[in-house]
Amino acid sequence: MKSIAPLLALSLCLAVATAADAADPNLARNLARNLAATCAGCHGTDGRSAGGMASLAGVPQRALMEKLRAFRAGEQPATIMHQIAKGYSDEQLSLITAYFAGLDARQP
Amino acid sequence: MTHRRSLLKGLAAAAAATAVPASLFGCATATPRAKAHVVVVGGGFGGATAAKYLRMWSRGEVEVTLIERNTRFVSCPVSNLVLGGYRELADISVGYGNLGTHWGVRVITDDATAIDTAKRTVSTAHHGTLSYDRLVLSPGVDFIPNAVPGLEGNHDQIPHAWKAGPQTVLLRKQLEAMPDGGVFAIHIPKVPYRCPPGPYERACVVASHLRRSKRRSKILVLDSNPEIQSKKALFTKAFEGYKGLVEYVPNSELRAVDAASRTAELEFDRVRADVLNVIPPMRAGNIATRAGLSLVNGRWVEVDWLTMEAKGTPGVHVLGDALLAAPAMPKSGHMANQHAKVAAAAILNLLAGEAPNPAPVVMNTCYSFVDGQNVIHVASVHQFDAAKRQPMPVEGAGGVSAAANEVEGRHALAWAANIWADMLA
Repeated sequence: MKSIAPLLALSLCLAVATAADAADPNLARNLARNLAATCAGCHGTDGRSAGGMASLAGVPQRALMEKLRAFRAGEQPATIMHQIAKGYSDEQLSLITAYFAGLDARQP
Repeated sequence: MTHRRSLLKGLAAAAAATAVPASLFGCATATPRAKAHVVVVGGGFGGATAAKYLRMWSRGEVEVTLIERNTRFVSCPVSNLVLGGYRELADISVGYGNLGTHWGVRVITDDATAIDTAKRTVSTAHHGTLSYDRLVLSPGVDFIPNAVPGLEGNHDQIPHAWKAGPQTVLLRKQLEAMPDGGVFAIHIPKVPYRCPPGPYERACVVASHLRRSKRRSKILVLDSNPEIQSKKALFTKAFEGYKGLVEYVPNSELRAVDAASRTAELEFDRVRADVLNVIPPMRAGNIATRAGLSLVNGRWVEVDWLTMEAKGTPGVHVLGDALLAAPAMPKSGHMANQHAKVAAAAILNLLAGEAPNPAPVVMNTCYSFVDGQNVIHVASVHQFDAAKRQPMPVEGAGGVSAAANEVEGRHALAWAANIWADMLA
C-alpha cells in the first residue's frame, strides 16, 4: 500500500504556500472553512454530526486523509463517499481535513 | 466606514418608514450600531442556511433578519414518505426557534411584499419596511399562472404537493380515500423543475404503499419529458418491480385539466384519474419578479457564481431552485444549502471590503426512496471553472447507487436529520 505521508507532506506545503501567496490573508484563512462547509450537509455543521453520519470534527488529519484516499482508491467500502471524494483535489482535501482536525469534537 | 455609513443611512430610512416597530431596531436607538444588516427572504434550504452561516461565520458581527411566511420549515425531501404513510408531516417539520436562540437571527413570520433594490429596502405585510446592506433572496419556486388551462385555483381537487405542507397532507388523504382499483396519475412538467428525481420517487413510494393495501390500483406516471430525468436506470428497474401497478408514459404533454372529473387532457390521450397530481410548470418565486430581477426565459435568475449576486442587481444574492442552473446542477434542497454557504462567505468578504473566494466548490447528494426502506442516490461535485465563470461538475466524480439498498435508506434519513440541523439547529 502506498504511504499517505508524501501526499500529506505535499498538500500541507501547498496549503502553506497558498496561505503565504494569497494577496488577502483572510481569503486563505476562510478557504478551508468554506471547503469544509460543503461536507456539512451530511456530516453536520462543522463536522459535528446530528446522528447517523460520521462526525469529522476533531478527527486527526492523518486519519481523515487516509480514509479519503482509501475511498478514492476504492479500498474502503462505500455507498457514496468513493464518488464524492474524487470531486476534490489533494490540496482541497488537505485543507478540509486540517480544518476538521483543528476543531473541538464537542459542541462549542 | 462604508458599512457604518450605509447602515446609518439604512437606519434613517427605516426610521422614516412609519410602519417599522421600534422593537425591531431595539438597541439601535441607544447606540448607533456599526453592524451591517443582511435581510434574508425565504427560510427554506437556502435561506435558513444563509441566515445561520452569516451569523456563525461573522461571530455575530452581522445583523441578520430572516423573513419567512411559515411558522415551521416543512421539508420537501422525505415528504414522499408522508404520501406513502411511512412518515407524518410532523416528522419532516422543524421550527425556526433555534435560529433566534442559538444564532441571534431575527426571525420574522411574514410575507415579503415588495423589494426596492435601489433603496435597499424590503416591505413586509405586517412588519413594515426593513433596510438592508445586502439581501439574500431564497424564494424557491412558484407555479407559472395559467400554464395548464383548468388548473388555476383548483389545487384542492388536483393537488401539486410540490411544496411540502398542507398540500402533502391533502394528497395523502386523497390517496387514502382512493378505492382499490383506482387510478393515481402523476403529471411531470418539462425540465427544469424542482427536484428532478422527486416525481419518480413519489410514484415508487406510493406504489409500495398501494401494493400492500390496494393491489388492484394503478399508478400512471405521465411525463412531459421523453425519458426519466434522474437515476434513469435505477428508476426503470424500480418501476419494473412494480409491474402491473406502475405504468410510465413518456412524451405526455399536458394540454388541460378538468378539476370536476379529475381528467388530464394529454396531447394524444385523455386520462381520467381518481387522484390526479399535477406538478405544474414553475419558475423563480414571485418575489424575484417583484424585486425587478430579470428572469431568463421569464423563469430563472442568472447569478454571478462567485458571489451568488443576481446579474445586473448588485447587493441581491439569490439561492436555490430559483436560479438558472449551471451545467448538471440540480434544483435540490442540498444544492440550495451549498449555494447559501457560497453566498454567506462572499457577503462577509464583500462587507469587509475583501475579494470573494475565487474558487468556490458546491456538491450535491439526492437520496430517493423506491419503497419504505430502500434508497438510491445521485451525487455530484461542482468546481468553479474560471474560464467558463460557472461551476462545472467534476468528471469522474459523483455517480449513482449500484442498486437500491437499505443502508442508503438509513443514510437518507440521517442526511435529512443532518441537513435540517445544518440549516436550523
